[in-house]
Amino acid sequence: MENILQQIGIENYIYLSTLLFCVGVFGVLFRRNAIVMFMSIEIMLNAVNLLLVAFSTYHQDAAGQVFVFFSMAVAAAEVAVGLAILVAIYRNLNNIDIDSLKKLKG
Amino acid sequence: MTTLIAIAGLGIICLIAEIFNLRKAIVPVTIIGLLAILCLNVVSIPGVHVANLNMEERSFYNNMIVQNNYAILFSSLFILLTIFLVALSPDFHKEHKAKLSDFISIKLFLLAGAVAMVSFGNMAMFFLGIEILSISLYILAASEPKNVSSNEAGMKYFLMGSFASGFILFGIALIYGATGAFDITAIYEAVSTGAAKGWFFPGVVLLTIGLLFKIAAVPFHFWAPDVYEGSPALTTATMSTLAKVAAMAAFYKLMRGINLEVPGTYVTVLIIVSALSMFVGNLTALKQNNVKRMLAFSGISHAGFMLMVFLNPPVTAGTLFYYAAAYTLAGIAAFAVVISVCGDKRNEESFKFNGLGKTNPLMAAVLTCALLSMAGIPIFSGFFAKFFLFNQALKAGQVAIVIIAVVNSIISVGYYFKLILAMYTKESTEEKQAVPFAYTAVAVVAILLNILLGIFPDMVLGYL
Repeated sequence: MENILQQIGIENYIYLSTLLFCVGVFGVLFRRNAIVMFMSIEIMLNAVNLLLVAFSTYHQDAAGQVFVFFSMAVAAAEVAVGLAILVAIYRNLNNIDIDSLKKLKG
Repeated sequence: MTTLIAIAGLGIICLIAEIFNLRKAIVPVTIIGLLAILCLNVVSIPGVHVANLNMEERSFYNNMIVQNNYAILFSSLFILLTIFLVALSPDFHKEHKAKLSDFISIKLFLLAGAVAMVSFGNMAMFFLGIEILSISLYILAASEPKNVSSNEAGMKYFLMGSFASGFILFGIALIYGATGAFDITAIYEAVSTGAAKGWFFPGVVLLTIGLLFKIAAVPFHFWAPDVYEGSPALTTATMSTLAKVAAMAAFYKLMRGINLEVPGTYVTVLIIVSALSMFVGNLTALKQNNVKRMLAFSGISHAGFMLMVFLNPPVTAGTLFYYAAAYTLAGIAAFAVVISVCGDKRNEESFKFNGLGKTNPLMAAVLTCALLSMAGIPIFSGFFAKFFLFNQALKAGQVAIVIIAVVNSIISVGYYFKLILAMYTKESTEEKQAVPFAYTAVAVVAILLNILLGIFPDMVLGYL
């Protein structure tokens, strides 16, 4: 495992996860469908998981991998709540376009 | 440690009580339980003056939880705020009696998250705390499923909150990569011996961005007014007091924990964020008609004030706590009045407050005191909080930011007085309505504590 990491280099792992993270950020900022936004947030969180695992191998330390479990559990809980809110919105408005939510303006 | 376990246990007892048809007992049992936890918590403060944040601390579970005076005092404040919020709950949710246990237990889990956020000794605990707090708040914000504004508030808060969590997590990952540890003391050692790699600073910046989102400081504040306006009033009270202060306290503890001396550019950025928060918050609040929205903008400006503690970090833990206590107690009192006036009608336009001075003089007086405290008028603790804060910023040699802050305090008097004048000079348009005892009690107790804190600042300042 360590061998592969040395061949590829830790920097490339950081670039890859930064890239994935940015994909997620731009997805949240520019897509207007709530489900796609949720998926973008998941991409952000998974980019971080990838980075944590890469660093965990780099440091030869299991703590990073354990942290990934925490972050996965949290992501699952978050999405469960998010989908529940989405269902409530769909029942009221019959669509899940984020632009239809503009009751609150000031 | 016992505090955290006891709070989570109390939350579970609430859920079980519903199964056994003990709904009437939930609120009294919760309040008594929280008071007991508060006593236990306060008793564990060593009665000595502890100058350094890192002294006199006990750690549990492999340094996951570190208890020091800072953690104990902030936990006590959070527990006190939760007691007020729980006391407001039964009357606020009287049309959804069946859901009362859910509302109360979610508030208790939220409190557990807040306590974890100030007593962490490890990044994992910090992250879990911030997420427990946020997820509970997403649920509370969207807790009126039939109401479109509540849905919208919940959705916006969820999207922005998990976006910010992503940043926080990325920051934690980079810090882990740079230092090889999640433990705060280990990170501190790696940083002070120079062993940290170049990814450390980007990590700190990302973490800062995520936390500025959570406390709603200016470039990242755009979600706050909408979310505050759309959520049920009691949830808004929770967000603007408990959640904001918890995020601020965690931010301070984290930054103190991982860097010995914050670099100069970082301080400059924080000064700009703080000044912008004050100006944007106060100037936008001037033209708001919705009281909840006005309090949201006032909260943004208070976040700006609280960010000033980073200018002179080693000595400002006590000031931050004092400011947080003054702001949240005034906030709870103000929201208790707002809830009692606007109730469940879901309309918090400021004309509802016209003539409150005649129809309900007590509540009008409490709201006046709360707003004066937020504006920083003497004898209320808000004044002394600002006084200590400015004093310490001056000692750090930051004159410009103090001038900006004073100017902003004056601007803020404008919109606070707009509401006060409306209460006392305009004619009432609403008929007089009975105010439940719980609202009056919470409002009066909170404002009395605020005034008490203003008269005896040493009561809390001596411990930090």
